[in-house]
Amino acid sequence: MIRLENISKAFQTGTTVTKALDSVDLNVEKGKIYGVIGYSGAGKSTLVRTVNLLERPTEGKVFINDVELTGLSAGKLKKTRQRIGMIFQSFNLLKTGTVYQNIAIPLKLTGVSKKEIDSRVRKYLQIVGLEDKIDVYPGQLSGGQKQRVAIARALAHEPEVLLCDEATSALDPDTTESILSLLEQINQEFGLTILLITHEMHVVQKICHEVAVMENGRIIEQGPVVDLFSRPKTPTTKRFVQSLFQDDVPESLVKKLESKGQIVTLSFVGESSGKPALALLSKNFDIYPSILAGNITQLKDQPFGRIVVHLEGEDSETKRAVMFLEDRGIFVEGYVPEVNAHVS
Amino acid sequence: MSAKISEFIDLWGADIWSAIIETFQMVGISLLISVLLGLPLGVLLVLTRPGKALDNKILFRLLNAVINVIRSIPFIILLFFILPFTKFIAGTTIGVKGVIVPLVVFTAPYIARLMESALLEVDRGVVEAYEAMGIKTRHIIWHVLVRESRSSIVLGLTIATIGLIGATAMAGLVGAGGLGDLAYRYGHLRYEVDVMYVTVFLLIVLVQGLQSLGNVMAARLKKD
Repeated sequence: MIRLENISKAFQTGTTVTKALDSVDLNVEKGKIYGVIGYSGAGKSTLVRTVNLLERPTEGKVFINDVELTGLSAGKLKKTRQRIGMIFQSFNLLKTGTVYQNIAIPLKLTGVSKKEIDSRVRKYLQIVGLEDKIDVYPGQLSGGQKQRVAIARALAHEPEVLLCDEATSALDPDTTESILSLLEQINQEFGLTILLITHEMHVVQKICHEVAVMENGRIIEQGPVVDLFSRPKTPTTKRFVQSLFQDDVPESLVKKLESKGQIVTLSFVGESSGKPALALLSKNFDIYPSILAGNITQLKDQPFGRIVVHLEGEDSETKRAVMFLEDRGIFVEGYVPEVNAHVS
Repeated sequence: MSAKISEFIDLWGADIWSAIIETFQMVGISLLISVLLGLPLGVLLVLTRPGKALDNKILFRLLNAVINVIRSIPFIILLFFILPFTKFIAGTTIGVKGVIVPLVVFTAPYIARLMESALLEVDRGVVEAYEAMGIKTRHIIWHVLVRESRSSIVLGLTIATIGLIGATAMAGLVGAGGLGDLAYRYGHLRYEVDVMYVTVFLLIVLVQGLQSLGNVMAARLKKD
């Protein structure tokens, strides 16, 4: 549905050239919610803006539905943009227009008939749950309500794709939840493909099917959300996953425990999170596991758990125990084989 | 007292009335033409900026230079300086008709600057949202830029109108009349102090009224 091929974007400020995007490839399948996560300055905002060419890439091609946007004339591009919805961090509504006008004016300007406009405004306001605010000005709405109006404005063009540029970053946690639920609902009901960028792992966790991690203008890791959560490869991705689980073990405790055994992090996905693996460990092996920290959370379609465990026991037993856990579909992180554990 | 007032009205009423009409004519006509010229110029000043929709360095610099040059010249000098141009455009250099051209030349660049600053206040994000929806630039100009800044535009036009009323005081120099001319010729040159006081009073009322009207309208148009 959305395909970016070898996209690069360089900005020139004075004599220095900064590369905001560096050979980025991205493929978002129809009907998917795709998240791009990165710290500020990673280039993710530039990335989402190249999709509808608000930011023209210096190199590379953008395809939507196999139409190459980068090769279209200005007029054709405008027509295509009408089928690409976009919502923003700052909502970007007309202050001088009512909720009705905010949705109706862009429709009028793109040649939708008056009768059709009226029915669409009402339909999509109902979907976002703001029928009663139809004649209110944005100044009287809360942040979450403004974003709902912006979503209704985007949906009213009946787009195939919705781009979200940090759409929940200006909202409080509760409102973020409700906007994310709304996006998820839209994705399911209309089969709308959504590309969103965010710096909050929570957003990815809650609604994304797939995710890409960006750093310094490059995509450093991408794939299904579950894979990224359970097997993060790069330090940045690990930090993002870590941000969801407050499982830092105090340094002093780590030092003390490391003298008699190993500290490992276990990740459970879906099926394996339901089984009593840890209990079996002490039964089957000469190992005393103790949980230092743990958490279970809900990804988009399956539960995901992560616990930090201290495994007290002989090196050989620990090795067998780790293999046992891995056989059961548990991802073990932090295990160092072949060290002489200082068993007291 | 009342006898004195009616005596004054008998003596000066007709002159003051026609001066008021002349001032209104001069202000009204030149304001209208100035807005028709100034608003598009203001839009051009905003859109030809680097990075904006009609990015054009040469046009932007040229416009800036021309506007700055005209705005450097005091009206009383401009009035005489462009006499040949006035003659060419209006066919005459005297009377209300002859003063409209210099008034427009004086006011349009001023309005362009006021419009420019009003339009620049519009949130860049909203413009971007409309670009992302595939809306044509000319529609964005009217339905986003002008619409969103209409409150500031009204305030700007109020300022411009008051400046214009000030400029019409000098129109008497080319025989166009008006309140300012009346105050100068009768009040100052002929020592008719009463006429001076009355016209000054009328001008104060006019300016106060306009400013209040502008403020009320701007507040009504502002929705945030």
